[in-house]
Amino acid sequence: MKILVPLKRVSDPDNANKVKVTGGKLDASGLEWKPNPFDEYAVEAALRLTENGTNTKARVGEVVVVTFGPKEAETTLRAALATGADKAIRIDALDDALDGDVVARALKALVDKEKPDLVLLGKQAVDGDSNQVGQLLAEYLGWPQATFAASIKSNADKALIVSREVDGGALNLKLTLPAVVSVDLRIVAPKSVTSIHTPATHTYPDGVRFAALMAIMAAKKKPMTEVKLADLVTDAATKIKYTGFELPPSRKAGIKVKTVAELVEKLKNEAKAL
Amino acid sequence: MTNILIIAELAEGKVKKSTHSAITFARSVGAPFSILVIGQGAKGAAADVAAFGAAKLLVCDDAYLVGPVCERFAPTVAEVAKKGFDVVVVTASSFGKDVAPRVAARIGAGYVPDISSVKVDGDKLVFRRPVFAGNAYANCELTTAIKVVSVRQSEFTPAEPSGGASPTEDVALAAKDPAADRVEFIGLETAKSERPDLGEAKVIVSGGRALKEKFAEVLDPLAALLGAAVGASRAACDAGYAPPELQVGQTGRVVAPRLYFAIGISGAIQHLAGMKGSKTIVAINKDADAPIFQVADYGLVADLFVAVPELITELKKAT
Repeated sequence: MKILVPLKRVSDPDNANKVKVTGGKLDASGLEWKPNPFDEYAVEAALRLTENGTNTKARVGEVVVVTFGPKEAETTLRAALATGADKAIRIDALDDALDGDVVARALKALVDKEKPDLVLLGKQAVDGDSNQVGQLLAEYLGWPQATFAASIKSNADKALIVSREVDGGALNLKLTLPAVVSVDLRIVAPKSVTSIHTPATHTYPDGVRFAALMAIMAAKKKPMTEVKLADLVTDAATKIKYTGFELPPSRKAGIKVKTVAELVEKLKNEAKAL
Repeated sequence: MTNILIIAELAEGKVKKSTHSAITFARSVGAPFSILVIGQGAKGAAADVAAFGAAKLLVCDDAYLVGPVCERFAPTVAEVAKKGFDVVVVTASSFGKDVAPRVAARIGAGYVPDISSVKVDGDKLVFRRPVFAGNAYANCELTTAIKVVSVRQSEFTPAEPSGGASPTEDVALAAKDPAADRVEFIGLETAKSERPDLGEAKVIVSGGRALKEKFAEVLDPLAALLGAAVGASRAACDAGYAPPELQVGQTGRVVAPRLYFAIGISGAIQHLAGMKGSKTIVAINKDADAPIFQVADYGLVADLFVAVPELITELKKAT
């Protein structure tokens, strides 16, 4: 199976509360770039689908990672190559010139060239929190989609049984490939991905894998190509225009109560919440 | 002149209450709106939204509409949208977030997800939406003739009926999307619960990993007493103490009840993203430095296994 995994770099999500707004503009300059966590989960799921879990050094199939951004964004791609992806593509673009729709249309053109069996991506990037590229791409390709995937089971690499985490439960679908699947965080639980190449008894460690130093060195030799955005989309106009940013209204500082009785008294008489 | 199309969400032959938030969006724009009631059982369900002042109820009821499998819904939604509507709105539930972008791409419309408010500025609509896990808000506009938006249930107070009865009109299923033939609906596993839905509850009692195997034993009596929904942190769900559908946060549900109890929850950014909009927040945690205390209106540093039973006793006395 050939899998394409789009990746995005985001401002450090664990310090998102340090994002500043200056003159209506968003300022995350104090924050480090990190790979979007949901995209890292997608890479891990792609690796699990294309290997025998008892020998994670050999790939059965191909994992191609792609990102949009300036030269520095290649760091995100190299990290994915180091964990096991085979090749990387950077679509040269400025972050500010993109929206989910342009990204989806460019990915559509890339998919037409690369012809993967599956596009696997994070359900949302944790900067814009939009949750849209997978769905837009699926429609542009005319492919079926499964969003919020919590588990994926490969059926002879021709179809996937996907369990989607939806409001109030789990919705199970069988998708005939090619398809687009966006993943939620439980996709990296030990038994969430079942590949035909891995013994059924195999259990993965929880979470995403880390690259060994040797693998990081070796990743520098893996293919990295650059594609111009204009070579993929003739109309690079965004459909969404951001006109300004604000910080959320801050919550009034709360108080610490000393006893449960005091808590109930405050809830009843002060907050009138009971 | 703006004309809004609301996509209703159905479950078990009824219109889900989440749809009422999309109606609130339409009312806050102040433009005429119609409601597309689409899915199996739509004919019966349409009556649920007949008295909200919609210009029309457009009803598409067909055995083909299983699931919800969005590939089966999107073509008909798109066809209806093209007939004189310029805003298509759905509540940002897992259904809405799945189908809305697909519809937008189908009709070349722009899409703004998860909006928290809308402002009419002359002939423009300015949408406000949270970004960076709710640590900033963005204002944005769409440049396309038809605009697709999803609205946060937690930010648009559910609409109340305004009376009258909207006329209904049957809508035929649009030409099928070939992609739909490559998706087979296997089933929906739902855990039956006595408790209200997280998105609709006025009070939520949420627990973290600290509750361990006693998650339900400790929280259920408190939730029952308050008529509350039960929520959970990611850590509690990952550890298997609570089922995933109870998760509140960036993954899981975004909620804003009148009263939110965070019990044994440290308050990671991803959790705060899902509950910071609650009116009153109570935190009970052993660790006095837990970040949850920074957003809590009332914090109690205590052992939850002692404090929660005591809270139940005190609440019974007080009410």
